[in-house]
Amino acid sequence: MSATMDKSAGGFRAWLNKRLPVDQFMADQLTGYYAPKNFNVWYFFGSLALLVFVMQIVTGIFITMHFKPGEATAFNSVEYLRREVPYGWLLQYMHAVGASFFFIVVYLHMARAFLYGSYKGPRELLWVFGMLIYLALMAEAFMGYVLPYGNMSYWGAQVIINLFGTIPGIGPDLVEWIRGDYGIGDATLTRFFSLHVIALPFILALLILLHLVALRQVGSNNPDGIEIKENPGADGHPKDGIPFHPYYTLKDIVGVGLFLTFFAIVVFFIPTFGGLFMEAPNFEPANPSSTPEHIAPVWYFTPYYAILRAVPDQKLGALLMALSVAVFLFMPWIDRAKNKSVRYRGITSKILLGVFFVTFLMLMWLGLKPADGIYVLLARIFTVLYFGFFIALFFVSKWDGNGPVPDRVTYNAH
Amino acid sequence: MPTKFAIVLGAFALLSGAGAASANEGGHAGWQRPADNEISNLPSLQRGARNFMSYCSGCHSLKYVRYSRVAEDLKISDSLRDTYLVKPGDKFSDYIKASMPANDATEWFGKPPPDLSLVARSRGSDWVFNFLTTFYADPNSRQTGVNNLQLPGTAMPHVLASVQGVKNAVWKAEEHKGEDGKATVVPAFEKFEPGVVGSLTDEQYDEFARDIVNFLQYASDPTQVERQGMGIWVVLFLLMFTGIAYMLKKEYWKDVR
Repeated sequence: MSATMDKSAGGFRAWLNKRLPVDQFMADQLTGYYAPKNFNVWYFFGSLALLVFVMQIVTGIFITMHFKPGEATAFNSVEYLRREVPYGWLLQYMHAVGASFFFIVVYLHMARAFLYGSYKGPRELLWVFGMLIYLALMAEAFMGYVLPYGNMSYWGAQVIINLFGTIPGIGPDLVEWIRGDYGIGDATLTRFFSLHVIALPFILALLILLHLVALRQVGSNNPDGIEIKENPGADGHPKDGIPFHPYYTLKDIVGVGLFLTFFAIVVFFIPTFGGLFMEAPNFEPANPSSTPEHIAPVWYFTPYYAILRAVPDQKLGALLMALSVAVFLFMPWIDRAKNKSVRYRGITSKILLGVFFVTFLMLMWLGLKPADGIYVLLARIFTVLYFGFFIALFFVSKWDGNGPVPDRVTYNAH
Repeated sequence: MPTKFAIVLGAFALLSGAGAASANEGGHAGWQRPADNEISNLPSLQRGARNFMSYCSGCHSLKYVRYSRVAEDLKISDSLRDTYLVKPGDKFSDYIKASMPANDATEWFGKPPPDLSLVARSRGSDWVFNFLTTFYADPNSRQTGVNNLQLPGTAMPHVLASVQGVKNAVWKAEEHKGEDGKATVVPAFEKFEPGVVGSLTDEQYDEFARDIVNFLQYASDPTQVERQGMGIWVVLFLLMFTGIAYMLKKEYWKDVR
């Protein structure tokens, strides 16, 4: 009896594999994919970003069943979801808090690349795909923020969409084209809804796929920035590599557990996170005749917003803001060091990177503050430091990062 | 690993602090007090609902809140609900609307009284508490005869005057340096003095207002108590899950040299 069952199970697997390369795919992607064994805590955030993406899609599908895009309906339908749909509050808070956590893990993921030079060759394209994901994510988050049509949604959209008006020549027409009307209204909401739930998630999924395919091609970098493929063992696998499954699948699950714990604490106890994740004025419906006290975007956009406001000329400010995001795309070519990891670079590079991290956080904080007095001065200083970093790195990396590196990665067995 | 975990925890704590700090911003004037309401205090919520229905709902709606939901969440029996909560002519499944027609309100007050479903979220509970407790007699206010420290020039009359009485405000002269460096003298609020006496003492009125604030905080986010109760179990489960996952990971990683 059992023998026949085993046979039929094996038979099905063989039947399936003949038609669909299931086993082959698992071997290529998981058990046969060798990753460096010295990943540290910074290496959790890639898999976590994927987790948040899936979570946003799933909660988003259910929210879409209840959300009604439109000037008269959007705000009410979100309140209805939070109050009257069973567990609607859970969906809505997971989705809104999820947006902030998405950026937290993405920023940490990017910081990792800065620390260990993960954007450098042969991973330039991997990095570029990552940056395109980041850009698409910013668009996705912005439109998602407008959809509930609270007062900050309205005024935030007003500020951001008007930025496109600073583009010479086509600006004013472009703004009208984006809004679909002479002001932000029904037409804006319905198109943002379409882009938020169909176009951008689709683009994001495609870019994430490309990011992962490129990663499998070049292999992961590691905290030492050494190419483990250059040091293969007798079996052909890298000496410092271990199969992704079971080692990193199990390790990533620990990261998932920790992440979800933090996430649950916020969702269940402090979903608005003191006005950082959901701003207080957004609990009032959009009102074109009542401007909130300070208009500030959500925290993940504020570094760039601080740069925009630091410049007295609006056109120049918008240009610098665009540049401050676009400059990331060129990291593989700005950083000219031979060694990837900051571990094997000089003290100048280490300080430079530290100053950049502080600068980014300071700009983030300044973007949340009103643009007056000392804050404007600070924003100007840190804007100069922000761009100064990329210029300095271009020159410093030429000489400060070419020392000797070990052959094998640093790993202490537990 | 433990040190790195501590760093992550520390960063999270720091961020939470930043979040809380940015929520408390906006310069506290000396007269502003925290509401200190307890959202899990059921009798307070019930009193708040009663006070709201008696004094506020004539003009203010709670357009996202149903009578039945309030009764269910606040454990008010069906007979009490139908007698005291539901307005004459309304069904218990209706949303709580203002008794006063909006057109009349606009004519009488210059603008319709706002819906209060979300006021505790958009303005904050402390704001509502300070609004309810800082009405004072102001002869310059021609429409209502009163003014408010939290919302100067408010169109709302002192509806709770019969309960609180009407206070007189005492002002002192305070020097302010303008941007041009010139000092100007402006009146600054010093303290309240009893004026017309109401039916409650100051302490009793604070409790009365606190109950209303508590009810409005509930109304702004009716699932919050349920959510926090559930959250404890979710977090405990996740901690246990993480612990087991960590042990499993450790077991497998023993082989890695």
